[in-house]
Amino acid sequence: MSDLVAVTPAAAELIRSLRGQHGPLMFHQSGGCCDGSAPMCYPAGEFRTGSSDIRLAALTVAGVPEPVEFWISRAQWDLWQHTTLTIDVVPGRGSGFSLEAPEGLRFLLRSTLARRASDSSGEPRQPRQTAGSPSPPTAGGGGGGGGQ
Amino acid sequence: MTRYDAPTHWQSRYDHFIGGEYVKPHGGRYFENPTPVTGQPFCEVARGTAEDVERAIDAAHGAAAAWGRTPAADRALVLNRVADRMQEHLQALAIAETWENGKPIRETLAADIPLAIDHFRYFAGVIRAQEGSLAEIDDDTVAYHFHEPLGVVGQIIPWNFPLLMATWKLAPALAAGNAVVLKPAEQTPASIHYLLSLVADLLPPGVVNVVNGFGVEAGRPLASSPRVAKVAFTGETTTGRLIMQYASENIKPVTLELGGKSPNIFFDDVSAASDDFRDKALEGFTMFALNQGEVCTCPSRALIQQGHYADFLAAAVARTREIRPGHPLDSATMVGAQASNDQLEKILSYLDIGRQEGARVLTGGARAQLDGELSGGYYVEPTIFEGSNSMRIFQEEIFGPVVSVTSFADLDDAVKIANDTLYGLGAGVWTRDINTAYRAGRAIQAGRVWTNCYHAYPAHAAFGGYKQSGIGRENHKMMLDHYQQTKNLLVSYAPKKLGFF
Repeated sequence: MSDLVAVTPAAAELIRSLRGQHGPLMFHQSGGCCDGSAPMCYPAGEFRTGSSDIRLAALTVAGVPEPVEFWISRAQWDLWQHTTLTIDVVPGRGSGFSLEAPEGLRFLLRSTLARRASDSSGEPRQPRQTAGSPSPPTAGGGGGGGGQ
Repeated sequence: MTRYDAPTHWQSRYDHFIGGEYVKPHGGRYFENPTPVTGQPFCEVARGTAEDVERAIDAAHGAAAAWGRTPAADRALVLNRVADRMQEHLQALAIAETWENGKPIRETLAADIPLAIDHFRYFAGVIRAQEGSLAEIDDDTVAYHFHEPLGVVGQIIPWNFPLLMATWKLAPALAAGNAVVLKPAEQTPASIHYLLSLVADLLPPGVVNVVNGFGVEAGRPLASSPRVAKVAFTGETTTGRLIMQYASENIKPVTLELGGKSPNIFFDDVSAASDDFRDKALEGFTMFALNQGEVCTCPSRALIQQGHYADFLAAAVARTREIRPGHPLDSATMVGAQASNDQLEKILSYLDIGRQEGARVLTGGARAQLDGELSGGYYVEPTIFEGSNSMRIFQEEIFGPVVSVTSFADLDDAVKIANDTLYGLGAGVWTRDINTAYRAGRAIQAGRVWTNCYHAYPAHAAFGGYKQSGIGRENHKMMLDHYQQTKNLLVSYAPKKLGFF
């Protein structure tokens, strides 16, 4: 499992399905209103990340040949870094231009406290940026997230 | 109290509205549209694809030139007639919008639809009054500046105010002389078609085209088309950035409204007397539940000064507990259904992380389980968290009836907390001291600072974001600038040559 981003079995199943339809995938975590807070899933490279973004994870999903990168804006991660993220999926209607909407499903981010927001001790958590060391598979193990 | 009947005027199926008529989707597919009131589908809607978008853009291009040349007085007349028709059918439109979105009928009757009507009238007015300019460069040379429409524009509408947000975009675009291809949100795709059923005969064919569908299938081809001159979008940051990326490929402008995390600031002197003003301020606090919190400017951070913190917060909790949940078509209902199941799930995930972060739940904090036909709908208890501004529930727009409360020491502290956010769309300031109000209002980095009021959206007051909340100012005649380009005729009246050649 990635230190920072996990994938529930249901989300892994949807990622496998979307990979079969659309090819290699990526996520970019949204903010703001309406469908904000949703992890947006695109064909890899569709969303151009840049110096304002940070790659939190390169997720390995069973049945998906390549790692699925998960990106977030640095400014947003600064505010989120005390939490661990789990990509889940729920029945849903749509979310921006994310690929899963026509399936009647929607990726949903669940969060778990990694350390208290007010705890200033310890170094800020940073993702491992080594491209050659993607996270081990998570599809069988479920997420670490706080489900409802 | 009035309980309105569920609307019966829906068609069972809606196609795309292109070139003044209804056109079946190229792919032949449709998707079901449930009402959030009960969770049950009430119609199906065309599932648009790139071919449908192309067809709509063709129709818009066919209509744009003539519409752009139509005298401003005639364009204004069309907008005024649309407004009149909406006024005649205000109640039916309000019921349709409530059924579509889940919001209480008291809001659609008093706010959504009347504001939309007035918005058309406002832009009908300002386009009549708009003038170009001329500059006398020298005795023989004059620069004339004309406002010209952009041509064909794309508009992607959010689901929180389906008709009002469509109007905010349609009215200035049409007044300025553009033809429009509009994609409603897939969560709320139908009420715009009910509106069209009332006003389509007033619009020249092709001037307004509506293509339904999912963002990835219909929104993306619209936003990335080199044949639209501008894209307007209301939504969230990642899609906003993606739309800017597409626009950069075509060197086209965008306007974006991407939300916020709006602070609502209550200074000590609010509680100097137990009078109408304090009562109004408590209502202002409770505005976080308006539209179930599904507002880009939801006052979802309440900052209360330390001197009256305990008393004011106690009164605010009591006021919040008086919010009446119920059937959205019941005129006594104050908070209705969230717009979709995924929206409900997202809110619940924030209630979870808020608790994990150590925020205290002062009231609410759970899904509201209503009875009968509402048992399948998407309802959440109005919720007050108490915590600190570094918590994620203070930094992200939950888009639900959830407010996060913290205290502040003085004006500087209030401004510091208020501005400690990625966004800057709305803010509220409540005080009896005009100097405090002025200084706070100017110091807050947000496009709209409501001062001793909140959630008012009159036309003629500019609305738009600072920081990551977006680009552009809707709701004001300055929005015409975002739907026009400037033509300069630089004219020489000199009879003699320059002498260079």
